[in-house]
Amino acid sequence: MLSYLRKRIISSALPLLVVIVGVFALARLTGNPASLYLPLNATEQMRADFTARHGLDQPLLVQMADYFGGVLQLDFGTSLRTGESAATMALRAFPATLQLAATTMVLAILLAVIVGSWAALKPNGIADRISSFVSMAAASIPDFWLAIVGIWIFAITLGWVPTSGVTGAAAWVLPIGTLVMRPFGALVQVVRGAMVSALSEPYIKLARSKGASQTRVVTHHALRNASAPALTVAGDLTVGLVNGAVVVETIFGWPGIGKLMIDSILQRDFAVLQACVLLTAVAIFVLNIVIDLLYALLDPRVRPASAVSRARKARPAPAPVETAPANA
Amino acid sequence: MTMTSTAETSAGRTAACPVVLRVEGLDVDIRTPAGTVRAVSNAGFEARAGQTLALLGESGCGKSMTAKAVAGLLDPVAHVAGGSAELEGRDLLRMTPKQRRKVAGAELGIVFQDALTALNPVYPVGVQLGEAFRIHHGASAARAREQAVQLMRRVGIPEPESRVNAYPHQFSGGMRQRILIAMAVALSPRLLIADEPTTALDVTVQAQIMDLLRSLREEGDMAVVLITHDLAVVAEEADDVVVMYAGTVAEQGPVGQVFANPRHPYTKGLLESVPVDAERGSSLASIPGSPPELKNIPAGCVYQDRCPLAQAVCRQERPVLREVAPGRRAACHFSDSLATASTLEEIQP
Repeated sequence: MLSYLRKRIISSALPLLVVIVGVFALARLTGNPASLYLPLNATEQMRADFTARHGLDQPLLVQMADYFGGVLQLDFGTSLRTGESAATMALRAFPATLQLAATTMVLAILLAVIVGSWAALKPNGIADRISSFVSMAAASIPDFWLAIVGIWIFAITLGWVPTSGVTGAAAWVLPIGTLVMRPFGALVQVVRGAMVSALSEPYIKLARSKGASQTRVVTHHALRNASAPALTVAGDLTVGLVNGAVVVETIFGWPGIGKLMIDSILQRDFAVLQACVLLTAVAIFVLNIVIDLLYALLDPRVRPASAVSRARKARPAPAPVETAPANA
Repeated sequence: MTMTSTAETSAGRTAACPVVLRVEGLDVDIRTPAGTVRAVSNAGFEARAGQTLALLGESGCGKSMTAKAVAGLLDPVAHVAGGSAELEGRDLLRMTPKQRRKVAGAELGIVFQDALTALNPVYPVGVQLGEAFRIHHGASAARAREQAVQLMRRVGIPEPESRVNAYPHQFSGGMRQRILIAMAVALSPRLLIADEPTTALDVTVQAQIMDLLRSLREEGDMAVVLITHDLAVVAEEADDVVVMYAGTVAEQGPVGQVFANPRHPYTKGLLESVPVDAERGSSLASIPGSPPELKNIPAGCVYQDRCPLAQAVCRQERPVLREVAPGRRAACHFSDSLATASTLEEIQP
């Protein structure tokens, strides 16, 4: 486990560095924050003071070295806008995004497993055709359009839910309803495909030959096998959501990391933007480890070497006559 | 192959053993894009307690399809079009799915061909071995596990207490096949169908697996239906043999008699294609041509295109499977001439 973690950290370090350097440089290409934070009639002297105070007059490499020096001491800079610690702002916004992402994914996976399995029972049957159409539509509808139409119908015309904000359970309906569509659509297709192939495997026939009911065959034997490919796709989709559902958070005024990122870009609040990127990168790193562990849990054949060797210790050498590989 | 002795003993035993499975007039159809074809036509045989019946034939002859129809495990494109398959008097083919599930595993066990793909890769073998006890006896997980350990011991898997938690991929091919067999006999079924149980194994392991099947058959007085294309396995293991060709039964009877004195030219051709004391470099005997495609089964005898005896009558009239000797049936217009001739050439008119 430790060697696995070490490997993961080493292999993630370089991409993370590249992302931070890229964000650092690109953000500064948007222009000098001084023009946003000082009054329009500010003098050249005031601009120069502002720029110098925030270290923006230094060469880019020096700024970057400063920044990384700070990061090593867990100092992620302060917000130009509020003067608050950038890390505090990012951490405060993150739970809202996580709640949204977790609820969305749980809902998407549950629905996709039910619909996908139902479709797979009879390939090309009526259920399969309906689910194929619905999932394709769900996966292809642009979220900004769906969000706006949703607001128009359910918030403005019907008045069932608020247009934005996080007040009460009703406020969750539209953001989650919008966000769930793409993961749901994509996962239905994956679950359906994986279930069709699992259900045609010989081990399904073996289960039936033991007298297993259809329910047992589907949920116990096929679904567990079909869950590995679904997990891969679900992992990718979750990463997208954790990264901040930028458009949806902005439309619904959801105080998450996506909205904070957009605001920081618009305000040239570099430190906050960098803190957000760093935080989501760490979250994605952790998420990938969780996915790997889930993978190993679901499929014993991909368990890391240490787990396999533990199983081997418990297992005696095969009988001598059987050592010849049997046509494997 | 000591055929004469086998012939005598099997003929003597046959009458005494009760029939466990009686298949009559079994037809199986397959839907293809080009239309429906008949994969098995009018198959019939009896499997007796404590004995092994071999379904022998080339790939695609319908032997596996016959067994799957009996077991209720046909692929969705195939369905039973007629006939009956009575397991101790109850017709399996007329059961509801629920009745069928009650029989499956409890009274009818199946050993599949490829143990690696037949075992579920994501569950420990102990869970899979115990599954039948959980389904049919409502056993607790702990009790099912105990039973799994006992089964593993019974089929000769060393240290079953620790290996019960291992996964299929952690076993050798021979051990996996033993696990499959253990699963099939878990609830001491009356009938065991073994679908090419040794095809995926190397020769030394094959012999061990056949030994295991034989001892389990004797222990449980089971009827075994052995599906195979291996003449040597049939000669050694089976009491009776059903030779299938292009979805039909060509010939059936006690193995010793059928192999010593085949009454169908296809059986004779198969037996002659076994190299006996062949000189190195001499060409091996074979049956010319290949079986007809199911959608192009000719009118008349299905074997006519490859048969050295084929006459005008063979092209017009499908020979019926009829009794040619006590306990023996063959589907050939010339089976009586075959009884006396020593080579096929002698029968030429």
